[in-house]
Amino acid sequence: MYRAKVYVTYKDSILDPQAEAVKTALHQLDFTELQQLTCGKYFELVLATSKEKAAVAVEQMCQKLLANVNMESYRYELEAC
Amino acid sequence: MKFAVIQFPGSNCDQDLVAALRDGFQQQAVLVDYRTADLTDYAAVLLPGGFSYGDYLRGGAIARFAPIMTAVRDFAAAGGLVIGICNGFQILTEAGLLPGVLQQNRSANFICQPAALTVVNNQTSFTKAYQPQQTITLPIAHGEGNYYCDAATLAELKAQRQIAFTYQDNPNGSVADIAGITNRAGNVLGMMPHPERAVEALLGSEDGRGVFQSMLQTLTEKVVPA
Repeated sequence: MYRAKVYVTYKDSILDPQAEAVKTALHQLDFTELQQLTCGKYFELVLATSKEKAAVAVEQMCQKLLANVNMESYRYELEAC
Repeated sequence: MKFAVIQFPGSNCDQDLVAALRDGFQQQAVLVDYRTADLTDYAAVLLPGGFSYGDYLRGGAIARFAPIMTAVRDFAAAGGLVIGICNGFQILTEAGLLPGVLQQNRSANFICQPAALTVVNNQTSFTKAYQPQQTITLPIAHGEGNYYCDAATLAELKAQRQIAFTYQDNPNGSVADIAGITNRAGNVLGMMPHPERAVEALLGSEDGRGVFQSMLQTLTEKVVPA
């Protein structure tokens, strides 16, 4: 069994108004040291297969559904569980 | 003529579309369940606005896997007229039937207001009843209507005259002020503004009638007897 941790975030070229709003709010809380903030989506999946096949499956899941590659990029980590 | 209005779980402009076609144009409009798989009886297919599947993940991301979408794809591939309005537009981009993507409005606000549009291309199957460069005002109501595509896709959209409508005062950050586009073949249109909410003067505007009028005109031309 492998656990995949998938992170989906907007590409750098895409403005994320939600991240901007959260950043502004944190600044209002006096966290003046805050420079940059990224919002994204996090998925945890458990797959009953080999590590190689899990990687192929997760890659396809990201491509087909979890991310829209027009505006988002993704990365993932696989660990035995 | 018989029009199919697809009803996804979470669609909420389906009845408006049916009413626009029935009362506004005396056409037969049928609500088609997302679990069905056959669209062969219909003259055109309409994907309504709303929040299909609660907009989980992204607007339109899950709806594109609904059983009916295979039939919608086949219908479009055969040259049938398919229009997606608001959430319907999002579904068509997620399904790959139209290029690009609808992202969150630049302001991060849900915008609900009348929007002045320019009919950039009045030569399409969905806009031929309008005058060239005509100004029309249609309601918009969306949180994710900010159209985005990369520079190469935008150049292609322009070169192939696929941009049907643009905003005169860009409300949401859309690339090139885009409010509606067609596919390259011209038989699939996606638009964020709501023409079905502007078919009666009593409700504020009749400017949306041109979209349905154009479709009817196209469909009538198609079945000209030999």
